Amino acid sequence: MQPLLGYEARFAAGLAITAAVALCALALALSLGLAGAGAKLSPNRWARVAAEVYTTAVRGIPELLFILLFYHEAQKLLNFVLSDAAAQSTEVLQIPPFWAGVLGIGFFYGAYMTETFRGAFLAVPRGQSEAGLAVGLSRRTVFWRVIFPQMLRHALPGIRNNWLVLLKATALVSVIGLSDDMMAVANQAKAKTQLPFLFYCAAAAGYLFLTAISGAAFNRLEKYARRGIA
Amino acid sequence: MIENFAVVLQKYGTLYLQGLALTLELTALSLAAGFILAWPLAAALHSRRRTARIPARGFVYVMTGTPLLVQLFLVYFGLGQFAAVRESALWPLLREPYWCALLAFSLNTAAYSAEIFGGALKNAPPGEAEAAKSFGMGGMQIFTRIAAPSAFRRALPAYGNEMIFLMHGTSLASVVTILDLTGAARVAARGTFAFGESYFVAVALYMATTALLAAAVKLAERRMLAHLRPAAV
Repeated sequence: MQPLLGYEARFAAGLAITAAVALCALALALSLGLAGAGAKLSPNRWARVAAEVYTTAVRGIPELLFILLFYHEAQKLLNFVLSDAAAQSTEVLQIPPFWAGVLGIGFFYGAYMTETFRGAFLAVPRGQSEAGLAVGLSRRTVFWRVIFPQMLRHALPGIRNNWLVLLKATALVSVIGLSDDMMAVANQAKAKTQLPFLFYCAAAAGYLFLTAISGAAFNRLEKYARRGIA
Repeated sequence: MIENFAVVLQKYGTLYLQGLALTLELTALSLAAGFILAWPLAAALHSRRRTARIPARGFVYVMTGTPLLVQLFLVYFGLGQFAAVRESALWPLLREPYWCALLAFSLNTAAYSAEIFGGALKNAPPGEAEAAKSFGMGGMQIFTRIAAPSAFRRALPAYGNEMIFLMHGTSLASVVTILDLTGAARVAARGTFAFGESYFVAVALYMATTALLAAAVKLAERRMLAHLRPAAV
């Protein structure tokens, strides 16, 4: 049986690539979010200002525009930085669309993660780190063993929301020229077969599948983060 | 850098302003249509009747679980696959990217808003509806006069975010050839090859609009939740 008229294998591969874009972008967004929250809560004024500018700017513009801007500007910046080294070769360096998408989406949602982590860190009572320091743990150990696990409990619902939005944003990567993710496969199949409804429904089903899996995964994670509590 | 901005603005300044106007128009119309659709949906989400609850939950689950771009393509490209649609009286509208975008955005924001309003309806203090009932109000009257306004006030912060998300979401209209603000920026970028500068103009306009919208929501919150603020002494 071929419900997708022979496009089943390419669709499945596209689904995997879409998931890969989303997961790589998530890793970047989480790292930027932690760094951003650290900067927002830091005693250093410039770090606070920089983080504030980052989150305000990003949250004020559409993701599509950000991805387009990032795609072209990152390309230019990279060529500018490398121009000395590459002076001999006339070749212009292209960031592959996969990584341009990952970086664009990751940077964009890093701003939303920053707000999530900031709130979560503030939700951990001060006494926790004071107690940790009082029993002689190093600052590093206090962070990773005392603060971080408790912070995670407060951050997970926000991370889940951001992840679901980030996952759907991967549909935009086909706009900047990724040619083998699920959305791009749907576009190509549509052009070939003239059956747009079928293939976009399949793409919708693919996204629903990914959302459903992540819902189940987050339920387990949240249960794990709540361990020991009521 | 500066010269590029000057060229972009000189050549495409009007296009940007027209794009901004179209972005605001798409946002306002979709929000209005979505708002009207969202309330019956919100009531259905937590209804005791299964025949109302299950379709409403299904609709919200699908609309919030799939990307807006897929929904837009399903309306814009997908509907034309069926001869019944192509021969219907609505085809002259559904052939136009503008109406397709409006339909997709309205249905999308209806689903997200229904989720927000539904949650607020469910969290209403039971005394409100009881008091209205003891005054002799009917079910519909309680909903439109007591439950919905009270829920809307509580939903306002979340709904304000949804309004901003939708405004940003309308940028996808540029993918189906509509010259909204993002569309104008893409035309300017292709026309001048000053990609960064062309997109930056749109970025600035989006940021300003976002800030205005956020301020308006804050103001509305202050006014609608005034009765919850501690009284001035």
